[in-house]
Parts: sequence; C-alpha cells; structure tokens
Amino acid sequence: MVGAGWDIVLADALSSPTLRVVGTGSAILGAVSGALGCFALLRRQSLVGDAVSHAALPGIALVFLLTGTKTSLGLLTGAALAGWLGMLFVQAIVRTTRLDDDTALGLVLAVFFGFGLMLLTFLQRKPKASQAGLDTYLFGQAATMLREDVVLLSCVGVVLIAIIALFWKEFILITFDREYASTVGYPVHRLEILLTVLLVGAITLGLRTVGVILMSAMIVAPAAAARQWTNRSHRMVGLAALFGAIAGASGAILSSLVPNLPTGPTIVLIATTWALASLLIGGRRGLVWQWLRRRVLQRKLAEEAVLIGLYDLALAHGDERRGHSEGAIRALSPHAVGVRGRLRRLKQEGMVEETSPGSWILSKKGRDEAKHLVEKSRETS
Amino acid sequence: MTNVQLEIQLVAVLVAVACALPGVYLVLRRAAMLSDAISHSILLGIVLAYFVVRDLSSPLLVIAAAATGVGTVWLVELLVRTRLVRSDAAIGLVFPTLFAVAVILISLYARSLHLDTDSVLLGEIAFAPFNRFEVAGRDLGPLSAWVMGGILLINVAFIALFYKELKLATFDPEFAAAQGFMPAAIRYALMTLVSITAVGAFDAVGSVLVVALMIAPAATALLISHRLGLVLAVAAAVAVWSALSGYWVAHVLDASIAGSMSTMCGIVFLLAYLFSPSTGLVAQVRRRQAVRMTFALKMLAVHLAQHERQPEAATENRAEHLTEHIRWTNDFAEKVVRRALSLGLIGQEDGKLFLTEKGRVLASESVIEDSV
Repeated sequence: MVGAGWDIVLADALSSPTLRVVGTGSAILGAVSGALGCFALLRRQSLVGDAVSHAALPGIALVFLLTGTKTSLGLLTGAALAGWLGMLFVQAIVRTTRLDDDTALGLVLAVFFGFGLMLLTFLQRKPKASQAGLDTYLFGQAATMLREDVVLLSCVGVVLIAIIALFWKEFILITFDREYASTVGYPVHRLEILLTVLLVGAITLGLRTVGVILMSAMIVAPAAAARQWTNRSHRMVGLAALFGAIAGASGAILSSLVPNLPTGPTIVLIATTWALASLLIGGRRGLVWQWLRRRVLQRKLAEEAVLIGLYDLALAHGDERRGHSEGAIRALSPHAVGVRGRLRRLKQEGMVEETSPGSWILSKKGRDEAKHLVEKSRETS
Repeated sequence: MTNVQLEIQLVAVLVAVACALPGVYLVLRRAAMLSDAISHSILLGIVLAYFVVRDLSSPLLVIAAAATGVGTVWLVELLVRTRLVRSDAAIGLVFPTLFAVAVILISLYARSLHLDTDSVLLGEIAFAPFNRFEVAGRDLGPLSAWVMGGILLINVAFIALFYKELKLATFDPEFAAAQGFMPAAIRYALMTLVSITAVGAFDAVGSVLVVALMIAPAATALLISHRLGLVLAVAAAVAVWSALSGYWVAHVLDASIAGSMSTMCGIVFLLAYLFSPSTGLVAQVRRRQAVRMTFALKMLAVHLAQHERQPEAATENRAEHLTEHIRWTNDFAEKVVRRALSLGLIGQEDGKLFLTEKGRVLASESVIEDSV
C-alpha cells in the first residue's frame, strides 16, 4: 500500500538527524521572520522585505570575491550589510526626490540584484574559484544546512526575538500611532532604525533556506495570515511566529524528502497558501463567514418581506382569514424569486398557514411578528 | 565588432527601450512594484502553457504569459477590495505564490528543458543570435530582434495613439472618469502592455532584471525633466545607453549581460540623483547654500546699518565680532565678508567694516521687506 510506504518514509525522515537539523533551522527562521513581518505588515512596508532580500545578493557575492570565505557567518554578514545599504538608498531616494517608495523599492531591488548577478556570473567563470553553494542563495537549499548553521540561526534568532520583547511597547506605539509616540518623547526615528535592522537581520537569516527571490513572502505571508485570526497585537505576533515556524519546518522537510523539490518555493507556497486560506476562513472577518452571514441576513430580510406583504394584504382587504396566492405575495415582495420556499419555511416556524393549497394567511404569531416589524420600521424611518 | 556582437546589442537596445516606455507610466502611477509582480508571475503562464502545447516557441506561451500578468493585477485588486489586506501585502502575497508554483513545476517536471531556474533569473540574451528568423529559407536576423521590435512598435503606437488618454488617466483618474475616458480600461490596457513587454524581455534578461529596465530609466528621466514627452525621450535614451554600455562591461568582465545592463541603469540613476541640474542632491545643496548666503548678506548689511554712527560701531562693526554677535562660525563669517566685499556691499578700513551706498540700499530694503 502506498499509504503504508509513506508512513515508513516519514518515520524514517523524522528520526533522521539531518532532517531534524534542517527542520529545526527552518522553523526558527520561519518564526523570526513571521514575528518581525507583523511590524512590516502593520506599517504598510510589506514590500520592504522584497527589496532587502534582493539587495543582499551583491553582499554575498562581494564577501566571497574579496575574502574567499564560504562560511555562513561571513556571507550572511555581507548580505546583511548590503541589504541595509539598499534600505538606506530607498529611504534617501524617498526623502530627497519626488519618486514614491514603490519606485525606490523596485529600483533598489532590481539594480542591486542585477549587480549581484553580474558578480556571481563573473565569479562562476573565474578559474579555480568554485562558487558552489553561492547559487543556493537564489532559491534556497535547506538540505545542506549543518549543525553549526542551526546554532548560528538559533543564536541570532533568540537575540532578535529578545529585542522585540524588550522594546515591545515602543514598537507597538510607533507602529500604531507614530505622532503620539514622538509627541510624548520617544526617539521614534531611532526606534524605526532598530526595527529596520531587526527586519534586515530576519531576512538575512532566511536567505540560506528560502533564497533571495522569495524571502519577502516569509515576511508578508505569516503576518497576513495571523492578522486574520486576531485583533490583538501580541497574539498576532505569536501566531505569525507559529505559522512561520510550521511553514518553514514542513516545507524544508518536504523538499528534502521529494527529489528535485526546491526548498524556498515549497516553504513559500505553504506559507502563502495558508495566508490565502486564512483570508477565506480566518476569524470573524473571513470571506467565507462574511458571505455566509450575508446569506443568512438576506434570507431573514426576504422572509420578513413575505410576512409584511401578507400583513399589508390582510389590512387592504380588511379580512384576516382571507387566503392569498403566491402570485399576490410575489408582487409585493422585493425578492420575487424563492417566495414558495420562504412560505414553506415560515409555515414550519408557525408564522403562516395554508388554508387550502396555494392559499396563504398569517397565523396569530405571524401577525404579531409582522405588526412588530412594521412598527419597528416606522420608528426607524 | 562581429556580427553576433552587433545582433546581441541590437536585441539589448530593443528590450531596454521597449521596457522603459511603459515603465514611465508605471512609475508615474506609483505602481512600480506591479512590474515586479507581473514579471514574476508570467513565468507560471509560460510553464502552464508549455505543459499544454509542449513547444517552447509556440505563440500560445506568450499569450498565456501575458494573460497571467494581467490576471496578477486583477488578483491584487481583488484582494485589496476585500479590505482584509492592503495593496503592498496583496502584491507580496500574490506574486510569490504564482512564482513559487512555477518554479516547483519546472523543477519537478521540466528539468531537462532549457527553461531552467537559472535562465528564469538571468535570461539568455547572449544566445539571441542563435535563434534565427527565417522566411522561405532566407535568414532575416535573430528572432528575438523581430519579437522585441514588434513589442516596441506596439508600445510606441499605443502611447502615440492614446497619449492624451494615458496622461489624463495617469495624473487625474477621477477627472478622466468624469470626462468619459474610462481610466480603468486604460489601466488594464497599460497592464497588458507591461505584461507583453515583460514576456518578451523575460527571455532576454530574466524576471528580476525586467524590473530594473522598466523602473530605472523612468526614475532617472523623472529626476531630469518634468514634461511627459521629454521624460519618455530621456527614459528611452537612458535605456539605449545602459544596454550598450552594459553589453561592453559584461564583455570585458565575462559576466552576465543582463546583470551588467541593470547595473549600468543603476549607475545612470545614481548620476542623475546626484547631479541632475534641477533635482539632484548637489543642486539641492547648492540652492540651500545660495539661500543661506543671500540671507547672511542681508543680515550683515542690517547689522552694520544698525550700529553705524553709534559709539559702539568701532567694536561691533568688525569682522571678528560677527561670530559673537550673529553667532556665525569664523569660517562662515569670513566667507560672508569676502562675498560682501566682492559684491561691493561693504568696504573695510583697519579691520573696521562699513556699508557702501549699495549696501545701505540692501539693508533698508531688507528691513522694509521684513516689516511688510
């Protein structure tokens, strides 16, 4: 049986030390980027992650070109510096020209990335300088993650999370009411710089696993998903970290198990699918629930219209026991289709009675209800 | 220069100019990041169409890709309309999803194709000359030159035909709608152009660098000119220069042509950002300094006029004293005095400053200006 076979593969996978390393590492990066992504999302800077991650590429290439190092720490330092430089450019362009931030982001993203690709291809064609490992930064590769990498990820991740916890109140304040924060004397500008540094740090961590192309989705997707499930900021950050961790771990493990399945796109697809699903079913704001609530409300209004229609007919004829046809009711109802079904449901609720086939009158309960509705609508208008 | 080199440069120039023109309108609409979304998600259209027709040169691929590009814009707008996410997050959710699906499909089912993930990012403009356009056995040059030339022609024709409508819908969509110009239709037409252009350029320069070619020339041109017609022309010129210089830089370094082209785009932008005569950083600093100097000269004239013919004039109206009284730094005070001397506003006698007739006029004008 296929199912049984998969059980064994999965069990093997979970007991394999390599996969445990890979899963842990990817979960940590997912958690960190999810948590920090919340601030980017709430501050309407979702696309900043896109710019930072692309801008990191020349940093990786330059560090390798200048020092020849291939250690994670060295390359990631270069990535972080280049990403940070890209951010500074974006801010400078927005502040000193009339170009908007979308333009600045797109410009920095594409130009830095192009420069990085130029350097990478230049490296590739140099003799002896085997650049193997560098292009894993494009789409990410979790399978090559080592124990040391995970230790590094964990340390940086813990520091980032600790700083969020430490400056929690300040970060929330500048996110939701920047003007107030600056009025009561918080160093808003410095806090914003700190938040950007943390974001650059989180993105840099993810480059190795998710890759520069799609890393921005790890900033946006868990946060956007978490936003749908709660209105409280600390819960949102916690949920985003959880979603990010699950997407990271499951994507990395899945891509290690299935040959040729690229790590970054798999993780990202899991994260964005969950985000879109959250838009549909998340919390009270979910689109499916919105649609259902609207349906129920519409049905109730349509049934009330039938009751009022019958009530008006009875008043017009001055005879409550006189039955009325479906056609007459339909003529008075704003929702012409589906009158028969509504009558049947109202009959079940004891609001109307069918005196003879096709002839309807209000019951006592129905008449009271209709009278109440008419009076209520008169009051409000 | 060999024929192959010439042909590569021709394709590079065509790609760059074709991207730059619609790019101007994207930047003006503050929708630059939509080009990023479109250029990524068209890959899914290409891959899906490939699985249907199993032919990489089929025109159906282009149609499917362009449709995906427009579909991306539509999806983003749909998400924004739910009011559950804002537009930046909507873009950040839609295109990574589509792009991730495309990359996974390629990696799982299309590994042997030339449609590998490297060419997705880099394009292969260096291979452009190998794919010929032949009619009845006659060689008419590289196919991609014809394709990109056609796309460029469509872009130019569209902009020329709908210049007024595009301008109105870009700068004042409400007024355009009130006048019956259908800004929504114009917007989708523009997005269709962007998608078609991105599909054509995709082969040559890959998905990320399309963004550089669309945004950088437009942004550069907007730093230099304020008039739409001129902006389009400057953007096209920047595109041509970036394409040609990028090709030769890549040639010397033996690196990716597309990468060098976008690097050159970035360098041109940086130059314009620093040195543009109207909006460049240097010009901004200069202008601020000029205003400061004009004000300082007035201050000096008023200060001298104030203490003229008064007992303290001997101490007050000395160059050294300005630092104390008006709180200027020594350097700045010296500069102002030198400037005032050269303009003939003041004279100097044993270190004592006095106003000339011209300086006295300036002082009284300044005071009157201020009191008005």
